[in-house]
Amino acid sequence: MMKFLIKGLLRDKTRSLAYILVVAVGAFLTVFLFSWMQGVMSDIVAANAKFDTGHVKITTRAYADESEQMPIDLSLLGVSKIMQQLQTKYSNMIWVPRIRFGGLIDVPDKTGNTRIQGPAMALAVQLLDPNAPDRKILNLDKALVSGHLPLHRNEILISSDFANKLGLHIGNMVTYIGSTMYGSMSIYNFTVAGTVRFGIIALDRRAVITDIGDARLVLDMPDGASEILGFSKDMQYNDEAMRSLAKAFNAAFSKKGDEFSPKMAALSENHGLKEYLDLADSYGGMFVFVFVLIMSMVLWNSGLINGIRRYGEIGVRLAMGETKGSVYRWMIFESVVTGIIGSIIGTALGLAISYYMQVKGIDVSSMLPNSTMMMSNVMRARVTPTSYYIGFIPGLAASVLGTMFAGVGIYKRQTANLFKELEV
Amino acid sequence: MKKLSVFLAIMFFCVATVFGSDLTAQQILEKVDNNFLAENHVSVSLMIIKGRRGTRTIKAKSWTQGVDKAFTEYLAPAREKGTKMLKLKDELWIWAPEADRVIRIAGHMLRQSVMGSDASYEDFMEDPRLTNIYKASLAEADTFAGRPCYVLKLTAKKEGLSYYSRKLWVDKERFLPLKEERYAKSGKLLKIIKITEVFKTGKRWYPKRMFYKDALKSGKGTEFVIESIKFNVKIPPYLFTKSSLRR
Repeated sequence: MMKFLIKGLLRDKTRSLAYILVVAVGAFLTVFLFSWMQGVMSDIVAANAKFDTGHVKITTRAYADESEQMPIDLSLLGVSKIMQQLQTKYSNMIWVPRIRFGGLIDVPDKTGNTRIQGPAMALAVQLLDPNAPDRKILNLDKALVSGHLPLHRNEILISSDFANKLGLHIGNMVTYIGSTMYGSMSIYNFTVAGTVRFGIIALDRRAVITDIGDARLVLDMPDGASEILGFSKDMQYNDEAMRSLAKAFNAAFSKKGDEFSPKMAALSENHGLKEYLDLADSYGGMFVFVFVLIMSMVLWNSGLINGIRRYGEIGVRLAMGETKGSVYRWMIFESVVTGIIGSIIGTALGLAISYYMQVKGIDVSSMLPNSTMMMSNVMRARVTPTSYYIGFIPGLAASVLGTMFAGVGIYKRQTANLFKELEV
Repeated sequence: MKKLSVFLAIMFFCVATVFGSDLTAQQILEKVDNNFLAENHVSVSLMIIKGRRGTRTIKAKSWTQGVDKAFTEYLAPAREKGTKMLKLKDELWIWAPEADRVIRIAGHMLRQSVMGSDASYEDFMEDPRLTNIYKASLAEADTFAGRPCYVLKLTAKKEGLSYYSRKLWVDKERFLPLKEERYAKSGKLLKIIKITEVFKTGKRWYPKRMFYKDALKSGKGTEFVIESIKFNVKIPPYLFTKSSLRR
């Protein structure tokens, strides 16, 4: 019987090719879209972790409530002590203090008068220490477009696009104009040591990277930091572990009545990133459901047409004594075979395109010129272990379901009428 | 009878003058302007800023000429010492010793608070002669801190002012606005200012201690205290030039 069916599948292309093509297209779309969404979502989460939230972030309770406004007046003070406690108690994490602040970059002309000004988004990290973890976390060596990383006090990095906009070159002096943490006017001179490009529109538009020591001086914030970020040493985000770490820290160190006591939040507790993470998790299921539904309907329809076309063959098989159940089961078996073949072809194609998009990506910077989201300019797919099997779920399920619905007609055939039907 | 009529008329005029009931809103506002403004003055003042993290006191010396020219030098604390500001008509310049640059404060920077206080640079840039920029109308009289007050409602005469409307509680006798509320065009309360202590210098009454509160800002407000003030003193003209900022 097996031989008969396989021969049938190979020789009767209408019985197999249409099924395999539909299944392949569905599996391909499932694999590619799943990998694409995984890539985009994990890029957003990784960019946010590196530049904004860390895997966990410690701020004062008051700062956490108004974090969107970057209220440096509510920053953490006595950071050395907190860092010491963190490094002792949570030594399995990397801890980095940072200050995020805004201001104006004023470029003087030869006479010292303002030539041009631009609003800057400054990030202060440990820059001068060559072993500081933030140099690696922010990938500063790779992000460097020209010049060098700061070696001395009062040297800054400026985003390449921002530098071009202001007409700045390496070695130029610029003046920062902003406020101290107490709100006083703060005016300081810096030298441009290098230009950087992170490939994130929100940063590349107006980023300034400075050493945290300089920022503390400029902002009148001795031993202060607006936030301390924590990263797991393998740089992999584990939501459950980070949430429980935050809970334990807050129970030990955060006091409800003191708005300046430290408060830790996991990445997923910041800026609605929980929704992103949940969305990334649910995409696989969503794609499988949608494609199973669509493909089942298409294959059901194909099965019905096929059933009419194979009306005579099924009639003969029933007339020869094969039971209706057996015919039905063998048709399902056929669909499993076509489903597997289609899924293999679709998955292979989906993986190939996904790998290509993982390496090349699509540059969306021209489509999002004013983006404030912490996401890469180049959107890429990401092939994960799930990508290898996710296409088989809709491929097989739709194929089998479609055949099961279409094959119900076999049970409606009247054995008594078979000879009459086969007379033709 | 005629004599009695004249006597009554004189009495009515005196009483009306004393209680100011014959003054129009515009006249009251003019008196407020005249009381505040002088040909020039030199003052030393303290700004006590009560923030969420504690209190800071900033000391400054200011030279003011008319309504267009003002020069301020910060004297304390150490971090602010030496910072200078110059107002020339509608331009504001600042010089900080750390950077040795003369920077013009313009655009959205004018909305920033002055040294972390509840006052913004814009507050100092507006024409201090209220009659020039606001139309006044009288509301029902009130008392503030036990003193009878006219209540004036001011509405902007032109577009682009920092505060579209203001409400002033003007002391009926001293013509000082003991309390002031400043509003946006939407009607949102932006600032509250109260004069908590006054002193008399020559013929005029002047605020000794003022309380400023930015209604949109957390914190407990800012107190301005006049340590000393001298009116109509000679101020050298070079002080109101950009080059004086670097001296």
